[in-house]
Amino acid sequence: MPKEGEVRIPSGCAISGIFSKSGKLTNGEKIISSIATMHDRSNGLGGGFAGYGIYPQYADFYAFHIFYDDNEIRKEAENFLYKNFFIVNMSMIPIRKTKKISDEPLILRYFVKPLDARLHETNLEEKEFVARMVIKVNTTIKGAYIFSSGKNMGIFKAVGFPEDVGEYYRLEEYDAYCWTAHGRYPTNTPGWWGGAHPFGMLDYSVVHNGEISSYDANRRYIEMFGYKCTLMTDTEVIAYVIDYLCRRKGLKMEEAAQVIAAPFWTTIEKKPPEERALAEYLRNTFSSLLITGPFSIMVGFENGLMALNDRLKLRSMVVGEKDDMVYIASEECAIRVIEPNLDRIWAPRGGEPVIVTLDKKEDK
Amino acid sequence: MAINYIYPVYEVVRNASRCVNCKICEKQCANGVHKFDAKNGIMIADESKCVNCHRCVATCPTRALKIVKSDNTYRENANWSAESMKEIYKQAESGGVLLSSMGNPQPLPVYWDKIVINAAQVTNPSVDPLREPMETTVFLGSKPDEIVRDKDGKIVDNMTSQLKLSTPIMFSAMSYGSISYNAHASLAKAAEKLGIFYNTGEGGLHEDFYRYGKNTIVQVASGRFGVYKDYLEAGACIEIKVGQGAKPGIGGHLPGTKIVGDISKTRMIPVGSDAISPAPHHDIYSIEDLRQLVYSLKEATGYKKPIAVKVGAVHNVSAVASGIARSGADIIVIDGFRGGTGATPTRIRDNVGIPIELALASVDKRLRDEGIRGNVSLVVGGSIRNSADVIKAIALGADACYIATAALMAMGCHLCRSCHLGKCNWGIATQVPELVQRLDPEEGCDRLVNLVNAWTHEIKEMMGGMGINSIEALKGNRLMLRGVGLNEKELEILGIKHAGE
Repeated sequence: MPKEGEVRIPSGCAISGIFSKSGKLTNGEKIISSIATMHDRSNGLGGGFAGYGIYPQYADFYAFHIFYDDNEIRKEAENFLYKNFFIVNMSMIPIRKTKKISDEPLILRYFVKPLDARLHETNLEEKEFVARMVIKVNTTIKGAYIFSSGKNMGIFKAVGFPEDVGEYYRLEEYDAYCWTAHGRYPTNTPGWWGGAHPFGMLDYSVVHNGEISSYDANRRYIEMFGYKCTLMTDTEVIAYVIDYLCRRKGLKMEEAAQVIAAPFWTTIEKKPPEERALAEYLRNTFSSLLITGPFSIMVGFENGLMALNDRLKLRSMVVGEKDDMVYIASEECAIRVIEPNLDRIWAPRGGEPVIVTLDKKEDK
Repeated sequence: MAINYIYPVYEVVRNASRCVNCKICEKQCANGVHKFDAKNGIMIADESKCVNCHRCVATCPTRALKIVKSDNTYRENANWSAESMKEIYKQAESGGVLLSSMGNPQPLPVYWDKIVINAAQVTNPSVDPLREPMETTVFLGSKPDEIVRDKDGKIVDNMTSQLKLSTPIMFSAMSYGSISYNAHASLAKAAEKLGIFYNTGEGGLHEDFYRYGKNTIVQVASGRFGVYKDYLEAGACIEIKVGQGAKPGIGGHLPGTKIVGDISKTRMIPVGSDAISPAPHHDIYSIEDLRQLVYSLKEATGYKKPIAVKVGAVHNVSAVASGIARSGADIIVIDGFRGGTGATPTRIRDNVGIPIELALASVDKRLRDEGIRGNVSLVVGGSIRNSADVIKAIALGADACYIATAALMAMGCHLCRSCHLGKCNWGIATQVPELVQRLDPEEGCDRLVNLVNAWTHEIKEMMGGMGINSIEALKGNRLMLRGVGLNEKELEILGIKHAGE
């Protein structure tokens, strides 16, 4: 059976997210109970979480979460890390052994900063350097996989049902202003932890439910810019597209949403002149990054969260609000189970992004 | 001399019990095949003059006529085909270069026919084009490298000039001269109605057609016939023709007999003089020269029009394309070895160049490997025969397709491949006024519009089947294709998997 990355695996899924606009921290147990409600939308072949604001003590360091197949590979990868990064802290990621999660790789966590000498030598901007190093490890060191690389955030994922994955990673020990969760229903048995969601690149993390029909058009375009899609999953390519548009091209999240779920030409034509010009410009400039086919995605980023449906809304997704809290999920039940008394609940239209950010940029 | 005698390839079969001696066939055949035999009171035929254009067959009111392949045969020989033998006799007699028209008819592989298209089942839904929007709009031209914002943070529109197509199909270059006024009129009108573009070819632009300028691509070829300021400004885009799939490496040749009246005026050359365009552009001996021509044309037209560069698909086409992409050109056009022509040496047509499918796949890959695919649009032609070919070309990486042979057929061409004789009975590849008038520009236009609309309809159906609702998401989406019966090397070059994988 080919491993993930050697074959393209479409999958259906469940997603859930919690965001506090005031920056209030929510315990990991909440997101577990939300995603667990949609148990039937996963099939035990992948679950995962992303939490933002979970590492305040190391907020200025990139938190690398890495899977290793064995200790030999770990040594090789660490040698690479030593040459490029200053590592302020490294440890095994705390887990809780459970019968429901098996075949675990070595899972380590490093808080790192690029070495000044290396930045100088490569003449790269810091984030670009980190991104390139992450891609390098993931594509050249077989058996090592950096699955989380942002600051003050972390991704936790495994093969299993999401609630079991949450228990395994002891998420009750983490508090975050933003949580996303994912339960996977792949139509093939990958059996590889790296293939679970969320998929991350720097601060961006993506959870996704759907199967995009534009995959290879997007992949072949984005790979022109140094990205390597090693997993052959939709989520990976979406994460790279977001990173490319927002970090490398400087688009705002709502502009990026206009690229990946571009309005129909007929809709664009009806817009007032200025908006119309911008919409046409974005759609034409990044035509190869239009994503078609069903999807509902949540993109976590520094201080914010975006939820987006495909243009035809071929996947369910609802948003609920209560005071400063915003809840997003594939199904309403996953929101009601953690917040029965909502102020408002609605299903965003296809292609209309819901973007929430922290009220005031809280200095950490 | 007896050894020069070649038995006619086709026989004109007339059903005597149906023929009513109406003589329509006689009037319709410019080649003089049919004649009324007054003595015997019957129509007779000299099949040695027949090119098998089907004009008589199609216009016979009693369906009395058909054309069949002659069963006259030489002693069978797998090495020396009858065609090869006849060519020897012809050349031994004339000492000349063999001439042909239209695309390469040899049984070389047609890769389109060995590629199949995907459809969505269960894991994602197909999209119904009758009920949901299905978008085929394409913009051709270079895309900006950087997003620039003004002091208020608004994105500055730094998009260069673009061609907007309602559907990814355009009419490829065919010069006024090689085809008739009415054929050009049909193409121009149809392009305008469809919201696409037609291409003047290298023969200049008749003054009557300047009004279709916003749907016109004006060509600048090595002969520079009819090229002057107004011409360059008339079109929406300027195409530099370096090569043509049917005859890469050589220039065009329009015999003096076709340089009559308005054609001489439009080409700006004397009546009756042969219009022979040089094999190379004599101001382009290298890639840096091309860059100068690209920028000369941009300067001449105030950077308001995208510049396309058309080359024939040859062995090193991907390196050539990479050079073009870096030359400032906005659109690269690649013409495959099956592309048509109004006249070309047979040997060149049948032996020079490579299949468009392989050329396209390797160019698209090369431009992506170099990270410059976004700098240019890619248009392919030669030969695109139907909407499935269009879908496959786009999934391999093209932005749009050029069609010419198919467009001629829409106007009546029956592919007799005798354009170089100048006696086209369908009024297309001829300048004989009585023949030209057989093609009604209104009808020609309607049929072209129908063809492109029909293809667009089919493209939408196939896109919907794949779960794709916009043509952009199909571009370069090679996972949507699979090969059948192709070897590993072919699959590698096409960048697709084999069916079942």
